[in-house]
Amino acid sequence: MNSWFKSGSPWVWLSAGGVSISLISVLGLLWLIASRGLSYFWPAQIVQFEMLDEHGVKSVVIGEIYDRESIPTEQLAHTTIKLDPNQETVERLLIKTGNRELVSLDFRWLLVPQIIKQSTPENLVVIERRTNGNFYGVIETLKLDGEVVELSQLTVLLERVEYFQEQIDDLQKADIGAINYQLERLRLKERKHLLDDTLKAQYTQLEKKLMALRHEIARDQLTVRAMDGQVVTINFEDVLAVTFNNQLSTFDKVGLFFSQIGGFIVDDPREANTEGGVFPAIFGTVLMVLLMTVIVSPFGVIAAIYLHEYAGNNALTKLLRISVINLAGVPSIVYGVFGLGFFVYMVGGSLDQLFYSETLPSPTFGTPGVMWSAITLAILTLPVVIVSTEEGLSRIPSAMRHGSLALGATKAETLWRIILPIASPAIMTGIILAIARAAGEVAPLMLVGVVKMAPNLPLDGNFPFLHLDRKFMHLGFHIYDVGFQSPNVEAARPLVYATAFLLITIIVALNMTAVSIRNKLREKYKMLEH
Amino acid sequence: MALATKSAGIRQLKNSLAQWLITLGGIGVLFTLILIFMYLLYVIKPIFDSATVEPLANISIESSSPILVTGVDELKELAYIINEQGVIDFYQLKDNKAFIGSEEHQAVGNNLLSIELLAANETLKQLISSGVDHQLLLTEQGYVHLIRPTFTASYQDDLREIIPHVIYPLGEDVLVVDEQEQMIEKLAFMKNDEQAMFVGFTQDGRLIKTTLVAEDDFSYDAEYEAIYQEINFSAADVDDILITPDMDMAFVRSGNQVSVFSLDDEYSVDLKDKIIPNLANDEIITSMALLSGGSSLLIGTSGGEVSQWFEISTVNGRVFKQVRTFSASSSEAISQIYTEQFRKSFYTITPSGEMGLFYTTSHADLWRGQLIDSRPSTMAIAPRADGLILISPVQSTVNNNTFNLLLFAVENEHPEVTWQALWQEVWYEGYPEPDYIWQSTSGTDDFEGKFSLVPITFGTMKAAFYAMLFAVPIALTAAIYTAYFMTPGLRKKVKPTIEMMEALPTVILGFLAGLWLAPIIENYLPAIGLLLIFLPLSTLLTALAWHNLPKEWKNKIPETWAPILLIPVMILAAYSAFSLSPILESYFFGGDVRQFITNDIGISFDQRNALVVGIAMGFAVIPTIFSMAEDAIFSVPGHLTSGSLALGATQWQTLVKVILLTASPGIFSAVMMGLGRAVGETMIVLMATGNTPILDWSIFQGMRTLAANIAVEMPESEVGSSHYRILFLAAFVLFVFTFIFNTVAEFIRQHLRAKYSSM
Repeated sequence: MNSWFKSGSPWVWLSAGGVSISLISVLGLLWLIASRGLSYFWPAQIVQFEMLDEHGVKSVVIGEIYDRESIPTEQLAHTTIKLDPNQETVERLLIKTGNRELVSLDFRWLLVPQIIKQSTPENLVVIERRTNGNFYGVIETLKLDGEVVELSQLTVLLERVEYFQEQIDDLQKADIGAINYQLERLRLKERKHLLDDTLKAQYTQLEKKLMALRHEIARDQLTVRAMDGQVVTINFEDVLAVTFNNQLSTFDKVGLFFSQIGGFIVDDPREANTEGGVFPAIFGTVLMVLLMTVIVSPFGVIAAIYLHEYAGNNALTKLLRISVINLAGVPSIVYGVFGLGFFVYMVGGSLDQLFYSETLPSPTFGTPGVMWSAITLAILTLPVVIVSTEEGLSRIPSAMRHGSLALGATKAETLWRIILPIASPAIMTGIILAIARAAGEVAPLMLVGVVKMAPNLPLDGNFPFLHLDRKFMHLGFHIYDVGFQSPNVEAARPLVYATAFLLITIIVALNMTAVSIRNKLREKYKMLEH
Repeated sequence: MALATKSAGIRQLKNSLAQWLITLGGIGVLFTLILIFMYLLYVIKPIFDSATVEPLANISIESSSPILVTGVDELKELAYIINEQGVIDFYQLKDNKAFIGSEEHQAVGNNLLSIELLAANETLKQLISSGVDHQLLLTEQGYVHLIRPTFTASYQDDLREIIPHVIYPLGEDVLVVDEQEQMIEKLAFMKNDEQAMFVGFTQDGRLIKTTLVAEDDFSYDAEYEAIYQEINFSAADVDDILITPDMDMAFVRSGNQVSVFSLDDEYSVDLKDKIIPNLANDEIITSMALLSGGSSLLIGTSGGEVSQWFEISTVNGRVFKQVRTFSASSSEAISQIYTEQFRKSFYTITPSGEMGLFYTTSHADLWRGQLIDSRPSTMAIAPRADGLILISPVQSTVNNNTFNLLLFAVENEHPEVTWQALWQEVWYEGYPEPDYIWQSTSGTDDFEGKFSLVPITFGTMKAAFYAMLFAVPIALTAAIYTAYFMTPGLRKKVKPTIEMMEALPTVILGFLAGLWLAPIIENYLPAIGLLLIFLPLSTLLTALAWHNLPKEWKNKIPETWAPILLIPVMILAAYSAFSLSPILESYFFGGDVRQFITNDIGISFDQRNALVVGIAMGFAVIPTIFSMAEDAIFSVPGHLTSGSLALGATQWQTLVKVILLTASPGIFSAVMMGLGRAVGETMIVLMATGNTPILDWSIFQGMRTLAANIAVEMPESEVGSSHYRILFLAAFVLFVFTFIFNTVAEFIRQHLRAKYSSM
């Protein structure tokens, strides 16, 4: 035993423990987010519970099982609930009951000992709605223009509603949106009287069309019986999907699972971001990151080339390297503060004075927006590109440079024709890493342009198409906002997990791509050296 | 040939152009860093500037009798004076050039309006200024007129013209203050929309309180009902009376003693406290004023000192206490104190005209000077506190009826911020003692921002400390094992996996910490303690078990697999810790650890506390430290290891005595880098703490860090305000912190690299 300690073996094992903890935490974290994020899309069974409470009152609860936990019996000691005193813990279930218009909370805890019967009747249905969240119940009747029709008509009616809804969306967003935008521009140019009348006429016409569509869409109705026996009429206008979860086969469920993921990615958010999809956030993130890439790539590459190819071994170079390290180490929020003060208020404010004086005092560029976010993040990710590019440059054998120069090429030509093409995968790696970093960064964006809800995407059909002054939505901020600032955190949590999973997938994939490119590159240069 | 030379010339040109461009780009990086540094400084600098007072205008005016009161409009374009005959005159201070050629044009010094405020048979005894521009004219006959000079802006074709008026807030009739209609010696006045209040001292030695209660609202209609009360007070003479703006208290000074009466009781006026300043032998009180907000009393003495008094809670109830003193003049008495309307600044003036500008809370001595040769007849502070107006008599004229009206611009944007106020304890109004407080906003209007960077800097260090406590052992042991003991094949997989953690967005870590980890820790607190024992113990037990395995087994499962072997062991250990937790809780902590901690130990417990932050931020920091420390250990030259092993040292001895020693600067720089990251991390702290700025090391309480503070408060701070600039200062402090950490770490690394390459 003593010799075992002396050999140092226990300490080696302890240090191995450090590796194990790190591995467990990384993989555990990824697994946690993946499982919670993905289970959000999986169609759950709808369960019907028959309950008998402590006063002998029977009731029925219908909903999805959300969570289960066991709590110490003592915590319930002060209530009138009768429990087996020998039991240490009691199990309870968190049920999502939906039906927000009937009950104040769409979640409720059920104590397992109070459940008399638990079943999954096939006729239970979950209705996904535009407002008020999900509705759980049993469909009583289906009314086509006031007349009761067969239940089999459901899909036909749903498709019809979907068709009209699409038309309404097109009208509202594309056509009416464009007219509003033009009106706004005309107002600024004070040429209102010129085109105003024609636009107004167009507007009224479109509005009429919209009203007609609205009327059409509101034609059919659905009556549903909720768990407490109340019958609720739901207009088809409000219905997004009707699914009989308990009738679904595993195959159907897989199909639904993927279509839910698809919907999550392409749909707009509903109910203050707590339901629906995250499309605007994905779009905002991608656009901002692309803009940032356009800015950061040339600067990062040029700086790296200077450091590696041109800079002499002097104090300036040392200073430059320290600057790069510091740029990488400065907290991101400091970039946010700098971006807000310098870019938004100082540069943006001056731009407004020069070019947008007609809209003042309401600012155009003198307020946080997607362009300032991109520039701020470009500074933040600059060292990532520099470090990665420089590493690539340093791996290029000097024989290649010498060869090129010996054949009479100038330094610039050597760079352009020989060095850069060879280093391009390293540059690519740097850019990908920068994108991954930028996609996950939230703190500075909170100051320079991200918002909870952006009414318009920064890219649309109105001239000049790309609106750099607009605010945008961002996946990372979406997580913060929905997880911490939304009124119904409990209901929103699964969506936050799903968003987190999406973000993590993007970032991990980007990182892995970058790493594999780098590894391939290293192998390639190893071969070149011999 | 000619073609070749030409193209060679172009090529050379391109070459040097490229060189210039690339050099420019390279230097750009340095420029960016300097730009950030300089810009932050540029925003911060104004808060440390002291005040300046510059002359703006000097006009000569005529008045048949001495001038008692002056005032100026918000934009400092018009001024008024009231003289001893009760005449108010308005003058133009600034030429309204836009109106040149029209009737509205007014040159500097023009008399715009002159009104006699008193009736023909009245003579002015005293003029009392109070509140927002209210002027009270007390006549020898014992009656009172209340007037308010006002300025309204009117627009003609986008040109602004300011028109002076005099309004009578309580009607044009005279006000009867004393029920017995005696002469009044001293009077104080205060008014809001519901009531107006007088406290006066009559010629026959009575102290009286008169309340005019509005029938509806004074802003619509001047109908009121008067309530007369007599205050139980005996003194031969009264020197000064002041009423607080909320009409809760009156301060009555006779000689060197100030009596405080509470006025909020409708039926009787009680003596609340007596303020008797501690004066040197021959010193006397020479002036008295209320600070903005009315909670503090300023007392000026003949010794040139001004002391600030406010109420604080003690065991004997609320009493007035002298909180700080300013020595405003070394030789002269303080003849008058003028306080700003919205901020806690005040001006002092001595008989010879020596002036000083001070800010109470920050104890700042902002400006001193002498604007005119003698003591001015009267003075006023511009409504936006950006100007001063002084009246000084011109001595040379025969009958003394020419006066100079002098206007000064005051630059004093951020008097409340001083280096001391940011980093030392400050005694705020109403607080029992000096304290470090960060509280930037509040619901009420007369709120004073409390900007102490100490609690949030402390929070930053606390969060970083707990994160490092968690991260350093794990990251360093992992780095040591991965770099020194692990097989290359495994290392190639393990290292990128751990480094992937660095790429995880901190917003996700913060979200998990706040919504997933915090409730778990709250419910399974004993399990966290158990883990600290179980994890090392299970590791050691596994090691022992492996040690005692038969040889052939050992060959099949080599020691290099330890990290993989330990994963299931540790998961099992963690699982058992969590399942033991409720049992432990009910046996040792009475069923609920949370209650045990709050009730039995007496520490408050926040759900989002330092423990949660420590773990979550620890995860964010582990990859940084791991990656750099691993590099440092891995790149220790191989011949050092071989030499040590050849001399008979064991693997472990070689590691501790040779490798770690050689790599220690690199490990140190890795820890520094990790610390730099922990200090600046925003989202995790923002989401996993309650963001309360408290000074407490307790692991069960939260904190507010510099970075989270910026993220929370920056979007709602007004551009250019003190708050905005202090948030920039917070960012600057963060910048400097991390700059030091990173630079030191980088220097060490560069040094180490040179050392290795020479070995």
